[in-house]
Amino acid sequence: MDITKLTLSETLQALKTKQFSAVELTSAYLQKMDDNRDLNAYVLETPETALAQAKQADIRYAQGTPRALEGIPLGIKDIFCTKGIRTTSCSKIISNFIPQYESTVTAKLFNDGAVCLGKLNMDEFAMGGSNETSFFGPVVNPWQKERRLVAGGSSGGSAAAVAANLCAAATGTDTGGSIRQPAAFCGITGIKPTYGRCSRYGIMAFASSLDQAGPIAKSVEDCAILLKSMSGYDDKDSTSVNKEVPDFRTSLGQSIKGLKVGIPQEYRPQGLNEEIAAQWDKGIEILRNAGAEIVNISLPHTKYALATYYIIAPAEASSNLARYDGLRYGIRVDGTHLDDMYINSRTEGFGREVKRRIMIGTYVLSAGYYDAYYRKAQKVRRLIRDDFIKAFEKCDVILTPTAPTPAFAIGDKEVLKNPINMWLNDVFTVSVNLAGLPAMSLPVGLSHDGLPLGLQLIAPAFDEQTIFKTAAVLEKEAKFERLK
Amino acid sequence: MILQGKTGNWEIICGLEIHCQIISKSKIFSSASTEFGVDANQNVSFVDAGMPGQLPVLNEECVRQAVKTGLGLRAEINKYSEFSRKNYFYADLPQGYQITQFVHPIVGEGVVTVDLDDGTTKDIRIERMHIEQDAGKSIHDMSPSKSFIDLNRAGVGLMEIVTKPDFSAPEEAGAFLKKLRSILRYLGTCDGNMNEGSMRCDVNVSVRPEGSHELRTRCEMKNVNSVKFVMQAIESEAKRHIEVYESGGTVEQETRQFDPVSGQTKVMRKKEFAHDYRYFPEPDLPPLVLNDEYIEKIRCDLPELPDAKKERFIKTMGLTKYDAAIICENREVAEFFEKAAAGHDGKKVANWLMGDFFAMLNRKNLSVENSPVSAENLGLLVELIESNVISGKVGKEVFEIMSETGENPQKIVEEKGLKQVSDLGAIEAIIDKVIAANPDNLNAYRNGKTALKGWFVGQVLKESRGKANPQLVNKILDEKLA
Repeated sequence: MDITKLTLSETLQALKTKQFSAVELTSAYLQKMDDNRDLNAYVLETPETALAQAKQADIRYAQGTPRALEGIPLGIKDIFCTKGIRTTSCSKIISNFIPQYESTVTAKLFNDGAVCLGKLNMDEFAMGGSNETSFFGPVVNPWQKERRLVAGGSSGGSAAAVAANLCAAATGTDTGGSIRQPAAFCGITGIKPTYGRCSRYGIMAFASSLDQAGPIAKSVEDCAILLKSMSGYDDKDSTSVNKEVPDFRTSLGQSIKGLKVGIPQEYRPQGLNEEIAAQWDKGIEILRNAGAEIVNISLPHTKYALATYYIIAPAEASSNLARYDGLRYGIRVDGTHLDDMYINSRTEGFGREVKRRIMIGTYVLSAGYYDAYYRKAQKVRRLIRDDFIKAFEKCDVILTPTAPTPAFAIGDKEVLKNPINMWLNDVFTVSVNLAGLPAMSLPVGLSHDGLPLGLQLIAPAFDEQTIFKTAAVLEKEAKFERLK
Repeated sequence: MILQGKTGNWEIICGLEIHCQIISKSKIFSSASTEFGVDANQNVSFVDAGMPGQLPVLNEECVRQAVKTGLGLRAEINKYSEFSRKNYFYADLPQGYQITQFVHPIVGEGVVTVDLDDGTTKDIRIERMHIEQDAGKSIHDMSPSKSFIDLNRAGVGLMEIVTKPDFSAPEEAGAFLKKLRSILRYLGTCDGNMNEGSMRCDVNVSVRPEGSHELRTRCEMKNVNSVKFVMQAIESEAKRHIEVYESGGTVEQETRQFDPVSGQTKVMRKKEFAHDYRYFPEPDLPPLVLNDEYIEKIRCDLPELPDAKKERFIKTMGLTKYDAAIICENREVAEFFEKAAAGHDGKKVANWLMGDFFAMLNRKNLSVENSPVSAENLGLLVELIESNVISGKVGKEVFEIMSETGENPQKIVEEKGLKQVSDLGAIEAIIDKVIAANPDNLNAYRNGKTALKGWFVGQVLKESRGKANPQLVNKILDEKLA
């Protein structure tokens, strides 16, 4: 039996019943990682740390004191600062950075007994939708490897590693779809929780008002287990919310009879990919058959979401990335004056997409443009949030596609021709971040050429339970088969 | 103040922006210590160093200090305020932005009453006060080719107080800074030391023809670091503007620097090179919302402020306006005075305090808090003199001993036998003895050389070793010499 193919919950069960040891499990994953270097999912492997943690886990099991994630091998997106372990956000500018502190989310996971296999590839500073902006190169989608498709982004390494069983589960972050879109592209499950559910402490900031951490995993249940562990108020992050974290697993298997599922008309534009529309209809059918009531809703400001997102996110990024100046850490390229040193270091250290967004962000915050761009975007953001509040008066949960296309080829000329093409991939996901809501992507079927397609469930703030309840029904009935 | 130019009279319009370091144990957005005088880069947290993934957390103590200061400035406290980022690149600004308050400051309009030298007062209006983080320090003089950065100050809380352009003379600005410093020290929210940089002043100056209401271009002088320099900067900058206008030129909006050596200002940054700070709301911090209960609690705990204390000392302790102003400028002095004066003659205690007592502190280079003479003992000393137990002259001797030993004046008087002699018999005996010993002088006196009376008084006091009550000596001598 290939024990790396088990879900996280199955693995926990097996460890508890001593079907294999944590060290055996970690070794199996390390072997898998070794065999799949061509996917470029990991940018740093930490086998010594992993085996040491696994040994400790075995002691815990032997003593009968295992914690919630005892011995579970995880991959960590390289945006989470890990104490003593190089963390780069896959950017050249801090390609040599070793944090002296641990992010709150990873600290919680490791305190619950998780094992760190290594750091996962991602788009540079989480800016991208295909993992092609990574300083360490693109991640290859494990589905039809030979076609060299993208794994999605920005959490491309996380999604590919989970899909290819290079870890039991992974952490991701989602600013405009960075957990959900790669999860959809790789046929696995990922949830972006409500803004404020997880601490952002120790996560390298892209757009502070949008960034959220979340799990990427092999099943809905795995996401529930991990999210419970990752969530909770943190006094080191003033935007984290002091709300009790429910045991999300209790929502699984609950009936959805009478549940009102909203279908937003704006998410079915002219020319929507037919296969994706068909998967959406399939999802609607499953939920209807399970007793849910399907209601048509409207999110009228959806068409402004992308423009709004691509003003607010770059604005915050332009400020958040100012600290990477070559002065205190990261790479430095000297110059004759301080300003030259800044320019040289940042020119050398940042990739094209990051530079593009810094420039956009700087522009929209500039005197004379602030009102026309940033302030207006903030107003529209409020309208988008209000759209959801109104919609949730009519329904309990919203079902949409996750992405407008399946995975595309690495270096796809059509996509790369214009950066806007890449941004269009976020069309179904960004509204959720602007509104601060929880949303999950889970796989429901395959395209005609065998690529996974995902659906997205959106719930009101802090109602992740409704997502889990609904997702569990979809998962059970869709019978999607993970990559074997 | 009216300045005379070649073409006519000009008036000054001036406003100040004062950065005041908040007194707090830790920095405004991190837990690093604010202790002064430690080695470079000792008080630096990951947040202060701008490390990736680090987040600011607002220090509640700084909020309390800001509210306290706002109340001390008789200002409106804004129950809703917001933090913003001010973006610019500099080596001592690790995050690449300063967290400050822009559109919604924590404190709104207020007023400070200043005392002018001619005995009048003037109300200076406060425009706003906001809180923000300080930057670190760049040190350029340690190496010919390198700059060094000390981040100890990076992230220390600041209050920026902005006045309305209410100053029409340098003296008013000087009086305002002294009053502001006094208020801040009373409140314990800022130590007000301009020479150490814990209070820093930016000065905005423009001029206009006397009687006109126009507002002309202003220039800002950054970081002027003493009251005297602020006053000089205002005057020299105003004169420069007048010269420019009178020679047909225009004043350009620019940032200037005051040079204390030349007493002149020079250009630092032209308007076209002004930074675009790209302010936007700080997404890492939620808006700061205060409730009435919080503000009222702070209001209840406010100390009595200098103006109120001054009024009270004038009304209830018999001080002159002048004495009260001096004594109340410093909270510790005022409290010392009040303790010393308890149960005694306030005016007399004030005289002693401002005379021998301050002279002694000056000589010993001590502050009132570590004076060897306690407030209670100073009061007792004044009481001993007032009730004629000792003479004023012996009082000065006793005070000298007190400043060395810190002892109780009563004890000193007892032990040294300095008690004034008011026993008529005893004084008569001394006088008789002196007269008997000096028959020639007695004759001379009786023959009209009455100026010798003073000599006799001196002899008697000397004989009594200064203890004879001078009034009695005079009275009895008059009788005996006649």
